[in-house]
Amino acid sequence: MSYQANFRVWRGDSSGGGLEPYQVEVNEGEVVLDIVHRLQATQAPDLAVRWNCKAGKCGSCSAEVNGRPRLLCMTRMSTLPPDEPVTITPMRTFPVLRDLVTDVSFNYTKAREVPSFVPPQGLKPGEYRMAQEDVNRSQEFRKCIECFLCQNTCHVVRDHEENKPAFSGPRFLMRVAELDMHPLDAAAEEGLDRKRSAQEEHGLGMCNITKCCTEVCPEHIKITDNALIPLKERAVDRKYDPLVWLGSVIKRRK
Amino acid sequence: MTTETRPPQHPGEPQTPADPSGPAPGRGVHSPGRAAIAARHLRTDRWWLSQAVTAFGLLAFVGYSTWRAFFGLHTAYAAPYVSPFYSPCLAANCPAMKSGADWALFGSWWQLSPALIVLIFPLGFRLTCYYYRKAYYRAFWSSPPACAVAEPHASYSGETRFPLVLQNIHRYFFYFAIVVAGILTYDAVLAWRNPAGQWGHAGIGTLVLLANIVLIWAYTLSCHSCRHIVGGRLRHFSKHPVRYRMWNLVGKLNARHMQLAWASLISVGVADLYVYLLASGAFTDPRLF
Ligand code: SF4
Ligand code: SF4
Ligand code: FES
Ligand code: FES
Repeated sequence: MSYQANFRVWRGDSSGGGLEPYQVEVNEGEVVLDIVHRLQATQAPDLAVRWNCKAGKCGSCSAEVNGRPRLLCMTRMSTLPPDEPVTITPMRTFPVLRDLVTDVSFNYTKAREVPSFVPPQGLKPGEYRMAQEDVNRSQEFRKCIECFLCQNTCHVVRDHEENKPAFSGPRFLMRVAELDMHPLDAAAEEGLDRKRSAQEEHGLGMCNITKCCTEVCPEHIKITDNALIPLKERAVDRKYDPLVWLGSVIKRRK
Repeated sequence: MTTETRPPQHPGEPQTPADPSGPAPGRGVHSPGRAAIAARHLRTDRWWLSQAVTAFGLLAFVGYSTWRAFFGLHTAYAAPYVSPFYSPCLAANCPAMKSGADWALFGSWWQLSPALIVLIFPLGFRLTCYYYRKAYYRAFWSSPPACAVAEPHASYSGETRFPLVLQNIHRYFFYFAIVVAGILTYDAVLAWRNPAGQWGHAGIGTLVLLANIVLIWAYTLSCHSCRHIVGGRLRHFSKHPVRYRMWNLVGKLNARHMQLAWASLISVGVADLYVYLLASGAFTDPRLF
């Protein structure tokens, strides 16, 4: 069954732009990215969109459909009300390049700011042995396809541009959590306290655990429950636990 | 045809926002460089519904419990049941409770309602709870009102500064919450008596208190701090098999933390209301055996 649907697609670049109306054919089983491709093929050959796999695995086609951050290739037309126009815009947290394509380099900068895995002393690559139950938690986080929808939705930076330097965003706080839970990461031995840097360098305290990152993650990673809150609890161990604090004061006295 | 306006050609010129309730131009989603979209959000679903329902639910409970905490002393006990708001009862002006948790630790100088002494703990526990934080940040502070809906605030520092940095003491409220749950368990045990104090009897009130205490425990144990303390803080689960199992169990409850938060909030209210209705003589407790 096919029908004609109304769309409003944001067209423009960093100097300005707006929502352009289009009428496009929609067939059974199609996703929003199919429609964008049909638009390119029939009415708007210069429409810019980033995509790659069309299978929800490359994380390229992130945008906003009816105001909700989504992967274009994983948003079925059948889930949208057929009688209302469908609005497609680029992600609204990152600078726009053209049409539906944004400049996501903020995320690459933040990724580089997280110190990488510190190899344990005395173990050569290939000698690492880890129990499955010790890596289950990190494996959940490694399902991430780096679509940056969570970064885009997080109100800390979406609604406050000025917070961008101080806040790494859910995806990279989750990376800190992953390394802090890693059974072989030797950061502490090298004097790198990941719990401290989560708070002081990556802005963990700015997250108010309102869970929008979890709501939009296409990989259904429980970012808030399994990474951000556990990381906050780890920071509490370090900083706000009076027994730990007393212990460190006594140690300093000695 | 374009349905949006292009930003002014002269960057120095002030802009007029199309949606007056949205943030001023140049802030948040209207920051320079981002896609020029005047609306502060484009959601077409009923995103405000969960905000409204949450606000209504929390306000209803706050209203009810305030009334009961201040004015409920004389309807706090209906043998053998005690209202969860008044247990433990630590002032001398408590109603006599047959072997109940009324210890006049505070003596007779405390003239206010004794509920105020102990309610601090469950209140603090729930106020700093990760779920309730999410609920009231969204419902009462619109931070954010819903996902991808711009918040109305000009600046934001999250939980990095006083007073919100105090949310980090949640763990200590968790320890107190264990004590409170223990005392309410004792109350639920005492409910297996008849009004004359003989054991081995039960009424509908017994079931009400029992359901309440099961939900209180489930909520308390599903706490994120509990999950961290029992095992989450470890890096090597494989070296601590018992704690790993406990962490898994708490994790299963924790996945339902929101539902348990509401269920236990409602059950506390219902248990108190039940005792209130009995104590004020609205009806007598139907006895089962
Ligand atoms: S839970 Fe924290 S990181 Fe995730 S969207 Fe909300 S504020 Fe951002
Ligand atoms: S955590 Fe989820 S939403 Fe965030 S970048 Fe990874 S896959 Fe995307
Ligand atoms: S095109 Fe790869 S995730 Fe959508
Ligand atoms: S997180 Fe909700 S009670 Fe601890």
